[in-house]
Amino acid sequence: MSRILAVMEPAGAGWHRMSFEALAGALELARATGSEVTVCAPGSAQAAGEFASFDVSEVVALEHEALGAYAADAWVEALLQVIRGRQPEWVVLPHTYQTRDFAPALAARMDRTLMGDSTGFAMEDGAPVFERPMFQGKLVGRFVFETPGPNFVSFQAGAFRAAQAAGGSAPVHVFRPVLDGAAIRQRPEAPFREAAQAVDLSAAERIVAVGRGIQEEANLELARELASALGAELAASRPICDNGWLPMERQVGSSGQTVAPKLYVALGISGAIQHIVGMKGSGCIVAINRDPKAPIFEIADYALVGDLFEITPAIIEELRKGAG
Amino acid sequence: MKILVALKQVPARDLPVVADSARTWIDESGLTYEMNEPDAYALEAALRLKEAEGGEVIAVSCGPERVQAVLREALAKGADRAIHIAVDGEAARGTDPSATARLLEMAAREEQPELILTGLQSDDTGSGQTGVILAARLGWPHATLVVAIEPSAGEVRVKRELEAGWFQHVTLPLPAVLTVQSGISRLRYATLMGIKKAKTKEIRRVEAPAEALAAGLRLKQLAEPRRQRETQFLEGSPAEQAAQLVEKLRFEARVL
Repeated sequence: MSRILAVMEPAGAGWHRMSFEALAGALELARATGSEVTVCAPGSAQAAGEFASFDVSEVVALEHEALGAYAADAWVEALLQVIRGRQPEWVVLPHTYQTRDFAPALAARMDRTLMGDSTGFAMEDGAPVFERPMFQGKLVGRFVFETPGPNFVSFQAGAFRAAQAAGGSAPVHVFRPVLDGAAIRQRPEAPFREAAQAVDLSAAERIVAVGRGIQEEANLELARELASALGAELAASRPICDNGWLPMERQVGSSGQTVAPKLYVALGISGAIQHIVGMKGSGCIVAINRDPKAPIFEIADYALVGDLFEITPAIIEELRKGAG
Repeated sequence: MKILVALKQVPARDLPVVADSARTWIDESGLTYEMNEPDAYALEAALRLKEAEGGEVIAVSCGPERVQAVLREALAKGADRAIHIAVDGEAARGTDPSATARLLEMAAREEQPELILTGLQSDDTGSGQTGVILAARLGWPHATLVVAIEPSAGEVRVKRELEAGWFQHVTLPLPAVLTVQSGISRLRYATLMGIKKAKTKEIRRVEAPAEALAAGLRLKQLAEPRRQRETQFLEGSPAEQAAQLVEKLRFEARVL
């Protein structure tokens, strides 16, 4: 039976939540291709043991002190050794920032290309066709591998619902890679946060978020007025914070905060995947954008196509009318 | 410090992009192009390093003749010279980032820079892998999502962005490849003097060898994104749209 290696990512004392989603993707790929899943979990046998009760055939606890603080070289070398030993047909990873840092190199070392950022797959002619957003989410690319296994795929957040334990008891094997400390060239320091976050957007019930469509810093006033009329916090997509128009702590998206308010109003946000992953769990999503094909409309409940500089003042006026 | 900056030319981000009739690529008629935004930040970082440390900035781009526009822009902003790796047709699409990395590897082996900078991903194909694959092929260390660069003797200490507002410093020996996050510093504009000077600077054109272009990952088809919610499009004048929205937020979604 061919094998799928599902690589998990440690986070604190547990696992990055996207690990369980990637594992679900691996299990679905296993069903579609008649394969079995081996979990590769960097960490102790005890920690890796958590995966033994999932519907998998084996858990490999990848143990080495050099895998504690993340360094790309150590991860690439350790995983190469697991892959050479286990000979999987597929290697599945969560599409985290850490995966983005090492997985392209891991695949390249085996003369393969990683299918990154995948939102899912469909079987066509007996082979999986993997999908991912392209052109800022305006189109979906459907890709096939021309190379024999092992082939590498990383699944985007939300591509699969997190896998649940299935009451199994797969064997847990400890694998200790041979790592030469001198060959690990990245010297990482401890992760840190810039400053205590003054704004906790994840607690906000309503959020008004602005994107490039706001055009100028001075126009933020309009978004502030709408936020105040709605009783909402003001947030932004990355480019607005890059420009310094709003502090980074107000950024929603993969590099900022993940939010799920009752109401999310996207003002002039096109909806690149990096933004969407941070807000798609919102209860009610309103999108205002002049481009009817903007990807934000695919996840919106209410879509207002038009000029935000005309629509926003009209909404503010309407809200004030109601407040009488 | 000798720095190679890899720049990609991409469709202007504000324009709609649609699939061609065969749905195997985009309809390129009527598109205008610009420098990939994260690459513009990589260029800015390179120019600032040169200003602080001295050295040379060489811009490189792969693609058809039109990509010379981004090289010319880089020269106008202060790059010293440029390399155009000429590739056209399907091979120029960059759908398999390994093919692009192999082309850049040629330029890197020839130029032997101490540092290679590029954007963390492209705004069109968006693989976010080219720099990392390039490093693996060269056997150089790399760091991604870089937001600050401090070079010292024989090494470079970078600040990397992690998820959810976390950061980390990492030190790497040179030569190394760094992929730069947007927003690392304010972008400069080309001055009139810069634009004038750029006309006298060299863009060296090299042909891409066919064997570098083999793809292991093939784009089979371009599809429309699937709608994930029942979206109601509110029609009418701005005032009518606003009135419907407030009504629906109050009585349908009940979020006000």
